[in-house]
Amino acid sequence: MATLQETVNSRANTVLKGVKNFVIETGELSHFAGRFFKEALKPPFEFKELLRQCYHMGNRSLVLVGVTGFIIGLVLTLQSRPTLIEFGAVSWMPNMVGISIVREIGPVITALICAGRIASGIGAELGSMRVTEQIDAMEVSGTNPFKYLVVTRILATTLMLPLLVIFGDVIALYGSALVENLKGDVSFQLYFNTVFDALGFGDLVPASIKSFFFGFVIGLVGCYKGYYSKKGTAGVGVAANTAVVTASLLLFVVDFIAVFVSDIFYDL
Amino acid sequence: MTYNMEKIKHMAQIEKPASVSDKEKNLVIHIKDVRKSFGDNHVLNGFNLKLHEGENLVVMGKSGSGKSVMIKCLVGLMQPDSGYIEVMGQEVNTLDQGQLDALRADIGFLFQGSALYDSMTVRENLEFPMRRHKEKLGNVSDTRPLVLEALENVGLAHTMDLMPAELSGGMKRRVALARTLILKPKVILYDEPTSGLDPITAKEIIELMRSIQRKYNTSSLIITHDVDCARVISERMILLVDGINYAEGTFAQLSASTDPKVEAFFKK
Repeated sequence: MATLQETVNSRANTVLKGVKNFVIETGELSHFAGRFFKEALKPPFEFKELLRQCYHMGNRSLVLVGVTGFIIGLVLTLQSRPTLIEFGAVSWMPNMVGISIVREIGPVITALICAGRIASGIGAELGSMRVTEQIDAMEVSGTNPFKYLVVTRILATTLMLPLLVIFGDVIALYGSALVENLKGDVSFQLYFNTVFDALGFGDLVPASIKSFFFGFVIGLVGCYKGYYSKKGTAGVGVAANTAVVTASLLLFVVDFIAVFVSDIFYDL
Repeated sequence: MTYNMEKIKHMAQIEKPASVSDKEKNLVIHIKDVRKSFGDNHVLNGFNLKLHEGENLVVMGKSGSGKSVMIKCLVGLMQPDSGYIEVMGQEVNTLDQGQLDALRADIGFLFQGSALYDSMTVRENLEFPMRRHKEKLGNVSDTRPLVLEALENVGLAHTMDLMPAELSGGMKRRVALARTLILKPKVILYDEPTSGLDPITAKEIIELMRSIQRKYNTSSLIITHDVDCARVISERMILLVDGINYAEGTFAQLSASTDPKVEAFFKK
């Protein structure tokens, strides 16, 4: 039976190992991001592949983002209504839903959905290409695989996520407007007029900017996990899984930083 | 790790075929004293190899003996720890990316698992290497005739619009071979060309390799542990054991050897 000291040592070693792995992973991810910026600015540019990836990631995520946004809008309105009625503030519903969806819920929920769908997809795809030597074959054929596979995917997620967020926000607001129309007899026009009156420059700009960062994080983590996938076919599953987990965690970190920075500007 | 160097030198001297002389034929590949380790695992321990123009050289070794590592060092996919690698008069380790890509246009590489790009059709797979080497093919605008010619060489002209997932293992290998031919390489590197194939399909692939060698007068370096493949295709063989060229000679010379390590390769 292990003594107390041995148990403490064992736990301390585990923690130290975890910290060490975290530092190494962070360093490697930063290096990967640095390489992305270096390669992205250097010709030749893979426009055709970029457009293909934009279509693949943007268009094919529309249904998922739309359905989720619609349900979020419905649920948020349905659950807020009784409380707002109790306080006699139901007329504030469009303002409250509009601001919360545009500033926070829309970007974060859309990003999390995309982390699940896109980051795991990229991780699995690149991981599989690594395991089956397709990335090596690409390199041998004279094409820079980092530029062709990684740069195009990160750019595509960075460009597509803000558009998906806008799409998701609009659908969520429609969901909310539908509830208000059915339960509160508020017309769609009145609802949207109230929403747009409530929204200001300070709501739209930080949300749009952070959506770009969310997209960048999703693409970066998915590509990093897939590109350096190891240990055969089992590694492909690990790449897909860790891509989702890491991307989701990083999204919250980025969201916190974005809110913190935008709050500073609000205070000014 | 110690080696019986006297024995190795002795074997190399007595088993060097008289028909091949450095003066008679030009060197296409020259590997000298290459070493490569992965941690404590010393894979290559001073490997040497010379491939001459128009020659079919087979390197045989057990699984995990470093054959694939050696072939990847040849095309710059891996860096050796030390040693000298020269391909068509150029020292691989000193080339910049542009020079390496230009050199790779003259090297065909058939990967062990075919390494066809899953997301592309057969035609797109074959067109892919042409993207960066159009000048080598005379800046042709219509690539279809070139793709068709390469596919006809392997008897698969009808598969042009199919996806790799729709092909059998043997067909994938033949399409991969067509892809290596598309840039008209001077030397073709085969990494386990018959692994994972049934004996009949393996025989077809070997015949195909021979016919391609005759048609295009390419030099071939074949990495395999398939004795039947080695017997049919090799003009000269090297046995890779413990990271060094343990024995060298023609198939007849090596298969008649009484050395236990050499015998082990040829025992049925």
